[in-house]
Amino acid sequence: MSAVDPPLAVLAELTHRCPLRCPYCSNPLELSRASAELDTASWKRVLGEAAALGVLQVHFSGGEPLARRDLTELVRHATEAGLYGNLITSGIHLDSGRLNELVEAGLEHVQLSFQDADIASGDRIAGLAGSQEAKRRAARLVREAGLPLTVNAVVHRQNLDRLDEIIGMAAALGADRLEVAHVQYYGWALRNRAALLPTRGQLDAATATVEDARARLAGVLVIDYVVPDYYAHRPKACMGGWGRRFLNVTPAGKVLPCHAAETLPGLDFPTVAEAGLSDIWYRSAAFERFRGTEWMPEPCRSCDRREIDWGGCRCQAYALTGDAERTDPACALAPDHGLLVEARQDANEAAPDFIYRQHSAASHRRSAELIS
Amino acid sequence: MTEEARVSVEGGAVLRFAPHAKFRFDEVRQAWIVLAPERLLLPDEQAVEILQLIDGERAVDGVIDELVRRYEAPREMIAGDVVKMLQDLVDKKVLRR
Repeated sequence: MSAVDPPLAVLAELTHRCPLRCPYCSNPLELSRASAELDTASWKRVLGEAAALGVLQVHFSGGEPLARRDLTELVRHATEAGLYGNLITSGIHLDSGRLNELVEAGLEHVQLSFQDADIASGDRIAGLAGSQEAKRRAARLVREAGLPLTVNAVVHRQNLDRLDEIIGMAAALGADRLEVAHVQYYGWALRNRAALLPTRGQLDAATATVEDARARLAGVLVIDYVVPDYYAHRPKACMGGWGRRFLNVTPAGKVLPCHAAETLPGLDFPTVAEAGLSDIWYRSAAFERFRGTEWMPEPCRSCDRREIDWGGCRCQAYALTGDAERTDPACALAPDHGLLVEARQDANEAAPDFIYRQHSAASHRRSAELIS
Repeated sequence: MTEEARVSVEGGAVLRFAPHAKFRFDEVRQAWIVLAPERLLLPDEQAVEILQLIDGERAVDGVIDELVRRYEAPREMIAGDVVKMLQDLVDKKVLRR
């Protein structure tokens, strides 16, 4: 195996708290409570270790990172360490005072999520009335502050038909970039798959819409878009390959190769309290587990694309087959590809109600005890 | 509408890095890098040489002249590569006028 390069970026999941309840949230089913979150000093140490390790960009994310009162302090610390800071936010509680503080602290860019171009539909998907208007206000504040803006739109069966309006909305808000992200089905999204998976017809129309808009808006709005796994023939290089480019730090301080990796059994992910980031990146068993190509089964092992897609997504393989080592079913060559083909049938049935993201009953009780 | 028009890279255009694009040397990798919103570029040696000539004063023609002088290569050959690369970076909003 070739030498391991330093990571390019870190996803700093500061908290799982969020005002939204999106049914495809990428946070785990078991959400961390505020009392379990890393403190300010620990995050500062982690950011310093990340910069020393060679990390270039830090994505402050969550949950909703604005829920952390020390966000500005952390952004400033990252800037001083030489990291390029990006805020991934719902925008719900963003006001001009907070934004100006963040800009002054060196924040370079904001990625703002939208659930739909239609206000009522967006509010329903986000599970919060008034959320879409709040997001539009946040977008205007970001542009007034002179920061580049990315609009992130997670698309699925219930909003994909309005992709053209979503693109128009992003352009009208002055976004530089639009990320059209198909839902990825593990965790909350897998629970809601039958309500979210688009039909082939919807997908083909969306792809044509993107191609047309890209030509029309070249140099004005950059549109990032990839065909979703459930309708693809080859898997994607999830996170650019396990332990190759990215690392993720959870609210409680676990260090993961991707934000969903905790769903995989049998892996002991170290926390930032137990080891330094450099040790974790270069020497932990969990980061070594699916790094490179040695772990691969056939047909991956002898495939000429093994260093292009790096075997696809381990979390998807596990979620669908119960075995994290299986070939990603997204690949048409995978023995389990039929599982995706079957799932597509659901898209032709009536959509069930959403199961909204929420803290488990047990953690609700614990939070209530803390407050009382 | 807040939509802007696309900037077309012509010989007379004076380009600069966008305010939130950083072109710097990375000590860990011992390599030049470009950092931009959710984008990271690791330019090769030739691209680094071109980007080092983007100083907000020299026009695209001036960049090409300098490279022709350094490499003693035909101007058309260099101009094509340079304009193509710069247009791509303008479209990605790494460079602007």
